[in-house]
Amino acid sequence: MEKFTTLRSNAIPLNIENVDTDQIIPARFLKATNKQGFGDNVFRDWRFNKDGSVNDGFVLNDPKYSGSILVAGDNFGCGSSREHAAWAIVGYGFKVVVSSFFADIFKGNALNNGLLPVQVSEEFLSDLMAKIESNPQIEIEVNLENQTISIVGSDASENFEIDAYKKTCMINGYDDIDYLVNNKNLIEAFEAQKIY
Amino acid sequence: MNKKTLFDKVWDSHVVSSIENGPQILYIDKHLIHEVTSPQAFNELEERGIPIFRPDQIVATADHNTPTLNQDQPVKDALSRQQLEQLSKNCKKNNITLYELGHKYNGIVHVMAPELGITQPGITMVCGDSHTSTHGAFGAIAFGIGTSQVAQVFASQSLLLTKPKSLRVNVNGKLKKGVLPKDVILYIISKLGTNSGTGYFCEYAGNVFEEMSMEGRMTVCNMSIEMGARGGMIAPDETTFEYIKGREFAPKGDEYDKKVAYWKTLPSDEGASFDKEYHFDAEDIEPMVTYGTNPGMGIKISENIPVEDNPSFEKSLKYMNFEAGESLIDKPINFVFIGSCTNSRIEDFRVAAEFIKGKKKADNVTAWLVPGSKQVEAQIVEEGLKDVFTEAGFELRQPGCSACLAMNDDKIPQGEYCVSTSNRNFEGRQGQGSRTILASPLVAAATAVEGKIVDITKHLN
Repeated sequence: MEKFTTLRSNAIPLNIENVDTDQIIPARFLKATNKQGFGDNVFRDWRFNKDGSVNDGFVLNDPKYSGSILVAGDNFGCGSSREHAAWAIVGYGFKVVVSSFFADIFKGNALNNGLLPVQVSEEFLSDLMAKIESNPQIEIEVNLENQTISIVGSDASENFEIDAYKKTCMINGYDDIDYLVNNKNLIEAFEAQKIY
Repeated sequence: MNKKTLFDKVWDSHVVSSIENGPQILYIDKHLIHEVTSPQAFNELEERGIPIFRPDQIVATADHNTPTLNQDQPVKDALSRQQLEQLSKNCKKNNITLYELGHKYNGIVHVMAPELGITQPGITMVCGDSHTSTHGAFGAIAFGIGTSQVAQVFASQSLLLTKPKSLRVNVNGKLKKGVLPKDVILYIISKLGTNSGTGYFCEYAGNVFEEMSMEGRMTVCNMSIEMGARGGMIAPDETTFEYIKGREFAPKGDEYDKKVAYWKTLPSDEGASFDKEYHFDAEDIEPMVTYGTNPGMGIKISENIPVEDNPSFEKSLKYMNFEAGESLIDKPINFVFIGSCTNSRIEDFRVAAEFIKGKKKADNVTAWLVPGSKQVEAQIVEEGLKDVFTEAGFELRQPGCSACLAMNDDKIPQGEYCVSTSNRNFEGRQGQGSRTILASPLVAAATAVEGKIVDITKHLN
């Protein structure tokens, strides 16, 4: 897993609530047996029209926006547990997703792929969304060590929560497998004296 | 003594150890896998040279990507075939039991495991599929995981997790005629919203759930994730014990009696407290339909679509081509799907057949009936339901996830409405540009017969 410490970047505003993982990566693209290539099909049915042409009205196709931070509406990543959604977002080039609320499974999947979910207040989110829309050049800084997200050159800043263990994993690029495999003796001891 | 919930009891008995100010190592008893979310996990372990820790606690099935016609022939779609072959190879190599296409135990993972007695009260169970919440109907902790977590369970039969908060939804009273378990859960989600359960494990309590069959309880728990809850649970009782008894992998003889004695200790203690609690009256529930693009956008079939000033709401209605304030009654429907891990068990087909018997499918409707497993398929034939369906012009297909997520060829065409017994009405879920209306098997059957949405309550009285 890639390490994450700080990131300073422009951001792309996806001002839609309840973005489900079927929109992030439609089921028809889940037939691959490796993790590569999902970025090409992220938000496929929003990025492209029914006839296959590019949907100019969709924010990812708007040339005025760029950056590796996706700012999305409430309840991002709901629905299916497909980790392909996290692979698709990472594959497209995002490193951070900001929202006022994340669905559980998506949040876990993101953290397991070095994609940082930053949960902010609804007020901060709507302010951030409006500022990016009025000035697509503004930069956002995400500092994992201090757990802060700020709009560069302004007072707008907020702290975000992250589990201390997951924070260490993200900063060092560790994943849970290492931890679990190193604790096999505990797991075996548990198996030997299970009470149920 | 500390009063515990059902969830606490099962969770606490599975904690291997706790990291200070961090997650806990939770032991996983059963791991179900399928072709779509497992291949990358197998690759991960292979690349890192880590063996599968407990292959005998894993059971595999092929379901998401399988055709529902001509299952005896090679799968036509090359990518689907490859994914299925990969699963077979991975299972063989790692000594994992696989019920592949055509096997007598093959079926949708959440239909197959309970009917084989793999799902039992008090155990922890995971699968790379969010509808793993289904198995909570037995009083198990069961939840969906991502592929990285599939790899973790492969490597250690455990997961690192923070204990979720607890939520209880109580429904008491007498359900009206024509109100099925699907209506109960669609009603709950319409009241609480799609993220009310996020961060929680939900227990369903009250006489309505106590009186439900195991099939009905599975339908309810299945959709817990649609309100954001990772899992849903119902206290095990005589209905549960009776269902499990005698099934292939159920405990037998003395072992069964010992288990039952343990299972009886699992229900939440009187006075145990929950972080959130809701109460509903069974009499307020009516047959439900959804009108939007998330499962929380549901109304009673006799109600009109609400009017809301919100861009996401408007986007959703635009996609569905519905107007705020209108009724769905008499909307012409060309596709009906009865199937999915929510409603593809024998009871669902019995309800549909009972309504359909002696009637004909409307000419404009394509009606797909997709059983949840080979065993359900066999039972449909055995009980004579197949004849009822065939005579009425319905098409009984072979088991799989099918048009619930349209990974195979069972896709609803662009712009068409489908009244579906599945669990998600997301944009394009049943095929690009398709429009899904979630409903019970009874409402779906009535729609197929009438060719339009009808107020089923009037038909029954």
